[in-house]
Amino acid sequence: MAWYDRLLAVDRRWIYLILAVAVVIPAIWTMHIPVSLSSEVENVFERVSGIQDGKIMFLAIDYDPSTMAELSPMAEAILRQVFRQNGRVVLSSLSQFGPAMTDEIMTRIAGEMGKVSGEDYVFLGYKPYPAITILAMGTDFRVPFPTDYYGDRVDDHPMMAGVHNFDDVEFVLSLAGGNAADMWIVYGNAKYGVPLALGVTGVMATDYYPYLQSGQLFGLLPGIKGAAEYEQLNESPGDGLRGIPYQTTSHAVVLVFIVLTNIAFFAKRSAQRKHGMQAGLS
Amino acid sequence: MKRQLPIILVFICGITMVIQFFVPHEYSEDLFQYANDFVIVIGILALPVGIYSLMTQTVRKARREPKERLYSLATIAGFLVMIIAGSRREWFTGATSLSSNMFNYVLVPAQATLFSMLAFYIASAAYRAFRARTLLAALLLLTAFVVMLRMIPLPEPLSTWNNDVVRWILEVPNMAAKRAIIIGVGLGAVTYSIKIVLGIERSYMGGD
Repeated sequence: MAWYDRLLAVDRRWIYLILAVAVVIPAIWTMHIPVSLSSEVENVFERVSGIQDGKIMFLAIDYDPSTMAELSPMAEAILRQVFRQNGRVVLSSLSQFGPAMTDEIMTRIAGEMGKVSGEDYVFLGYKPYPAITILAMGTDFRVPFPTDYYGDRVDDHPMMAGVHNFDDVEFVLSLAGGNAADMWIVYGNAKYGVPLALGVTGVMATDYYPYLQSGQLFGLLPGIKGAAEYEQLNESPGDGLRGIPYQTTSHAVVLVFIVLTNIAFFAKRSAQRKHGMQAGLS
Repeated sequence: MKRQLPIILVFICGITMVIQFFVPHEYSEDLFQYANDFVIVIGILALPVGIYSLMTQTVRKARREPKERLYSLATIAGFLVMIIAGSRREWFTGATSLSSNMFNYVLVPAQATLFSMLAFYIASAAYRAFRARTLLAALLLLTAFVVMLRMIPLPEPLSTWNNDVVRWILEVPNMAAKRAIIIGVGLGAVTYSIKIVLGIERSYMGGD
């Protein structure tokens, strides 16, 4: 068996093992990977920087636990920044598994920074059917959410006095691991004209670049790299920057695999051509 | 009449909602809100049907396939436990509630594990399938290689060049392709909706 045949027919378990080792390496050795900044992340950072001294932004936590590794670092960094600036946040969750995560993140960060529900933030909770919920919130947050996640009347929160719909918040930032991102573009931005930014998983990011160019999105946080860039801008290292070395080593392994398999592929094709020419001459 | 009534209803509702979209009046907004409430009500009514279907299928599978019985029992047990956990507000709110514990210690690790397994499949697929067999495959391969290279720290000026190329790929060819797909899907959705409203497309009623 030629070397290229052996390389092309390698057992997939070796591939799994090599990738597992590559993922473990950053856990053993501390690595510092430089993160280059992109304008779409800087735009989000600048807009969030404007949420100061009582101004309100809307943060939609629209992802499931499967994508929390990429999206939770964004939520944490943004909440810390807003609270540090004495800004206020209205939160909702349009993913059925989102409320528990939102509650956990929100309660922990608010506790650390001495912020109070109803005064500094309001977590509206979850409602099914993202499109309908967004449309209803465009009329009044109280239509889909007469009470918040904890069962308290929204009208009883001092922070919500005079806050009725998207006109009363600076912008919406949706951290989405699914089609809720599209719903925000179609119904939140197109129908109500609310300024919108998205935080999405790495594989979803390419889908949303057209909306950046068209101005329907003012910013985009793409995957763990977006989270890392945001943390770097925010000067608050967290899971985003910690996740970059893992992503780097695993990407490097995949790139090496692609190079190796193509070298073997071309070597085999070249050998087959040579063999065919020799057979043709004889 | 059995087939005509749904078509008439769909026509009236469809035309009404199209007109409503262009009428910026309070009554129009009320109608819109009322229609949205109907969608939620219909969804809630469909929920028991879904639960019934899940349970009957799971029980049937458990009876028919002894090897699958354990998984079926896990499905039923999970379903019942989550119903109990969600039946009282104090059982599903708070960091140490039953629902939170089930969520944090069962659902989160399970979903995270399943999602992270994708990395291994992607690595295996990249090794086995990503080969420059044709010109188009070579172009795809080269593009993916350059985009992924952005995650690897490169010395200057390679890093800047790579970032510029990746940005161009995302903002020009990627955006052109995505925009074409989005516009195509949008036009397709409009066409399909018109066909449903006018009663040309009837597959939603089942049968032919």
